[in-house]
Amino acid sequence: MTVRKYLVLLAVVIFGSIGDTFLKRGMRDVGSIDVHHLSQVFSAVANPWVVAGIFFLLAFMSSYMTALSFADLTYVLPATALGYVIMALLSRFWLHEQVSPQRWVGIVLISAGVGLVAAGPSRTEHPSATDAAGDRR
Amino acid sequence: MRSVYTWTCIFITVCSAASGDVLIALAMRRIGDLGEFRRKHGFPAVIARVLSSGVLFGGIFFMGMAFFSNLVGLSWAELSLMGPASAALTFVTNALGAKFFLHENVDRRRWIATIFVCCGVLLLSGS
Repeated sequence: MTVRKYLVLLAVVIFGSIGDTFLKRGMRDVGSIDVHHLSQVFSAVANPWVVAGIFFLLAFMSSYMTALSFADLTYVLPATALGYVIMALLSRFWLHEQVSPQRWVGIVLISAGVGLVAAGPSRTEHPSATDAAGDRR
Repeated sequence: MRSVYTWTCIFITVCSAASGDVLIALAMRRIGDLGEFRRKHGFPAVIARVLSSGVLFGGIFFMGMAFFSNLVGLSWAELSLMGPASAALTFVTNALGAKFFLHENVDRRRWIATIFVCCGVLLLSGS
């Protein structure tokens, strides 16, 4: 794993959490969607927060696809959960909100999970892929 | 009745998100490292290569489905239920998909990490 690859994973985390936050903020404005009028969900796309959320989620998607091109899905996914940790730390140290002991335990668990995965190999080598790479050389 | 709708939404979100993730991961594995490809062939070639993958569009379709069912779910359900339930279940479903469909080496270390992250997400977003 190179620095560039870690930066791609960082972009996945940051764009994903910003996109999700904007989306949640937008859906609070849009309100409840009637089960008999599901097409109302498309009108949510007119909300500026939802639009901004979609923009950040597109950036998330392109960095996520780049990450999956060099690492396993089970390596990339735990890394994306770091977004929850960043949001909790921001709310504690920037917004000065109370973070309950339960949330601190959650932060420790996610960090431990990400650490465990990061300590292992990022990619499963498949014999066929290795052969193909060898053939190309 | 609302809880039936909510859990249906969570089920659709989890299944679509996991299918989307597995298909996108499969497509990107077939395409190869985008960074190396860009260095060798340039950025336009990367775009052309990515856009020529049918599997990728299948993945994006399922991700779109997950996105809209999540939006509908967020408008019905408590955020404190919809968020953690769909996120935590998606982690486990993805690990199963990666093991059985992508044949990734999901060893004990990765299972423990998945369970840690799963519990952590439940604690963080559920409190």
